[in-house]
Amino acid sequence: MLRKPQAGIGIATVAALGLAACSPAETNGGGEAALDDLGLPDLSGHELEVATPWTGDEQEAFLDMLAAFADATGAEVRHASIGDDLATVLQTRIDGADPPEVAVIPQPGLVEQFARDGALVELPGEARERVAEHYIDLWRDLGTVDGTEYGVYVRASNKSTFWYNTELFDEVGVSPPDTMDELLETARVLADSGIAPLSVGGSDGWVLTDWFENLYLRIAGPEMYDRLGEREVPWTHPTVEETLELLAELFDENFLAGGVSGALQTDFSTSIVNVFGPDPEAATIYEGDFVREVIDVSTDAVLGEQARFFPFPTVEGAEESVVVGGDVAVAFVDDEATRELMAYLATAEAGEIIAAGGVSVSPNHDVPLDTYPDELSRDIAEQLRDVGENVRFDLSDTAPAAFGATPGSGMWAELQDFLSDTGDIEGTMERLESSAARAYGE
Amino acid sequence: MRVDGRRHAAHGGDTGTADTGDETGEEAGSQRGGGRRAALFLWPCLVMLTLYIAYPLAYSFGRSLFDSSGETFVGLGNYITAFTDERTLVALRNSLIWVLVAPTLVTSFGLLFAVLTERIRWATAFRLVLFMPMAISLFASGVIFRLVYDTDPELGVANAAVVTVHDMFASASQYPGARPRYEDEMVPARDGDPAGFATAEPAGPGEVVSVPMVGVRPQDAPEQARQAREPEGSPGELRGVVWLDVSGATGRDGMIDPAERGMSGLAVEAVRDGEVVATTTTADDGTFLFGDLPDGAYTIRLPGANFAEPFRGLTWLGPELVTPVIISAWVWIMTGFAMTFIAAGLSAIPREVLEAARVDGAREGQVLRKVTIPLLGPVLIVVFVTLVINVLKIFDLVYVVAPGASQAAANVLAVQMWQVSFGAGGNPGLGSALAVLLFLLVVPAMVFNIRRLRREGPS
Repeated sequence: MLRKPQAGIGIATVAALGLAACSPAETNGGGEAALDDLGLPDLSGHELEVATPWTGDEQEAFLDMLAAFADATGAEVRHASIGDDLATVLQTRIDGADPPEVAVIPQPGLVEQFARDGALVELPGEARERVAEHYIDLWRDLGTVDGTEYGVYVRASNKSTFWYNTELFDEVGVSPPDTMDELLETARVLADSGIAPLSVGGSDGWVLTDWFENLYLRIAGPEMYDRLGEREVPWTHPTVEETLELLAELFDENFLAGGVSGALQTDFSTSIVNVFGPDPEAATIYEGDFVREVIDVSTDAVLGEQARFFPFPTVEGAEESVVVGGDVAVAFVDDEATRELMAYLATAEAGEIIAAGGVSVSPNHDVPLDTYPDELSRDIAEQLRDVGENVRFDLSDTAPAAFGATPGSGMWAELQDFLSDTGDIEGTMERLESSAARAYGE
Repeated sequence: MRVDGRRHAAHGGDTGTADTGDETGEEAGSQRGGGRRAALFLWPCLVMLTLYIAYPLAYSFGRSLFDSSGETFVGLGNYITAFTDERTLVALRNSLIWVLVAPTLVTSFGLLFAVLTERIRWATAFRLVLFMPMAISLFASGVIFRLVYDTDPELGVANAAVVTVHDMFASASQYPGARPRYEDEMVPARDGDPAGFATAEPAGPGEVVSVPMVGVRPQDAPEQARQAREPEGSPGELRGVVWLDVSGATGRDGMIDPAERGMSGLAVEAVRDGEVVATTTTADDGTFLFGDLPDGAYTIRLPGANFAEPFRGLTWLGPELVTPVIISAWVWIMTGFAMTFIAAGLSAIPREVLEAARVDGAREGQVLRKVTIPLLGPVLIVVFVTLVINVLKIFDLVYVVAPGASQAAANVLAVQMWQVSFGAGGNPGLGSALAVLLFLLVVPAMVFNIRRLRREGPS
């Protein structure tokens, strides 16, 4: 599921039926500098096509990165922006024996599907070495299907950021909480003062799955998180119960902007405007680092001043951890230029160009933090860096789409039902389990 | 695709008539050249039909008997899944509601407007305006109606209207959403006012009741409210204070801190044995006093009206109302269409029949019911059946207007089919089964239309 924050009303997501557009990757000035050390070969006369799902700001840094490669090697690199229909378009082009050389895919499940169909080319040795050197295991494992490594993650998003309105925090005199107990106490003080502590875009099911995942990762730990994702642990497990109990405590009628019924009618963009708009109703909004784009576009709040973030609070006794999303590059063609490009994508130099764009986090941990252009993007990247190996990929994005990524079914629907009746923990767990069993085809 | 195919199939009726003509030609014993010439004219149509209608139809049917990957034969398994899946059943139910309600409404409105506009000057201009929504794509109309029915009265015109009307009759309270700081000291009042609060411990004359409240932003409190103070006890009088116990993280809970203001203008009731004995109103500093209460134990109650949240209108797009709301949008769009067809039929009615009825003394209502409608019958039926087909394949409106949380409640067959086949984690097998189901539902309407065409065509 591609999550692109949209300005204004969320209908825009429906409108994203854009046609695939091809354009030569242009140099935007930045980044061609230090590639000489990489010893890239001369690839003049080679043509490469790179397909991505991006249509907005997030593609700019990536295009710079491609342009730097094109400049250094002389290869001609074209970029095809496909949008939300990526899966369909790629499948059609694979069937027609005309795939792009490289595609950037936001769903690990899709990589798995293409790999099992035999459409992907294994990463060349040089790229594998670089991934092993520069990335934490998570990214390597995500790019591996049945023991063969296919993908290089080029972009990550930090989904454990809690955004808050500093003016409202100052008005009440509270400071960003570090732990879950502090969060609950802060929420209580805010609610007593007549300010809703939480704005939740419950109309978009994925917002609720992100809430659940962050809490579950902290309560049950990374190991259990993996096992839940791999269906080794049922959704009726006590850790799930504990998570839902905490979620019920947070999704209190007095805590949510507009109450429970208001939250269910609020979409992602509106939930942000609720906090940073001209007449704020709530003090905080939890979601991924892409919240800043909506703040930037849809509100007058200044990022880093009125709008700041704190890491998703930890649960007592748990280590700090982060839920992430990410986009992976995979190759469909086995030729010299493609191999060179894939190996290039795994370099710290390429990661630096992504980081310098300031919109995305580079999953490459050897990208110096000072490459990020401002404090905010540096903090977001640093939070990810600081938790070491305790990074986990968005569970609903790795689950079958029917369970993790379909409006009105699976996790999305069950958690929306749970939001409307937080007392029914038992029933929610049972429905999650049976819906998971169906989606996983058990 | 299937859905569009049906439209073409309706045109296919023409071919049907052509075929019959051909056969009669042969029976009449004309030369073979006639048959060959007919074949010459027919083959482009036949090729198109096979390519675009017959083949996809047969393929979809075949595909519906296989599982998601298309490799395992599952027989009628997909159909069984369809009829046991809750989402599909909801979609079926909604489609049924659509078919029963929407075409009837649109045909009635169309008839009404056609008859009314016929009698006025500038009829064409009026009809043009009514027809205009047809010029907007369903998708764009959906976006418009999503805004019209937005919950926020600042955005949605429907709720803006409802709220304006409501506020004319009932004004908002001064302290919306206020609640007691200590939920065990002030409990929800029973006795038919669950939104209010009452003291858990009774109090009598001579005592002082202090009620700290929270949940309201101090700057949103009424201006006349002043620093709260705790009244001194006085024999024979029941006194108390209600104040906003909110002054940021530094304030002490349950204590009157500096800058904490009283809640002014609240209604307070003294209740004994379930009956209101006396009522009073708090002063600007939040204090209240019951002067001449007989001795005894009283419950102090703050009625819920003090804290009523402002009326925010209806959740039009919530699970309960979403289907009627989308139907209303569709009626708005399609009425012009029905009106145009019916108006055309109307102009073909012989004037003298209507005149005759009027001369015979029939009132306008009678003319409409007894003459116009029977004469318009064939047109009305064609319009109605066309609308039924149109409604069965309704997709874009439902897809655009229903927000995520109500999507499941607003689901119809065409949307369900699309989501199952092409949505995330698509299952083309089950999707094809739903498409075939949808096709079977449209067949009766189609057959009916073709029959009519045949009957009217050759004569």
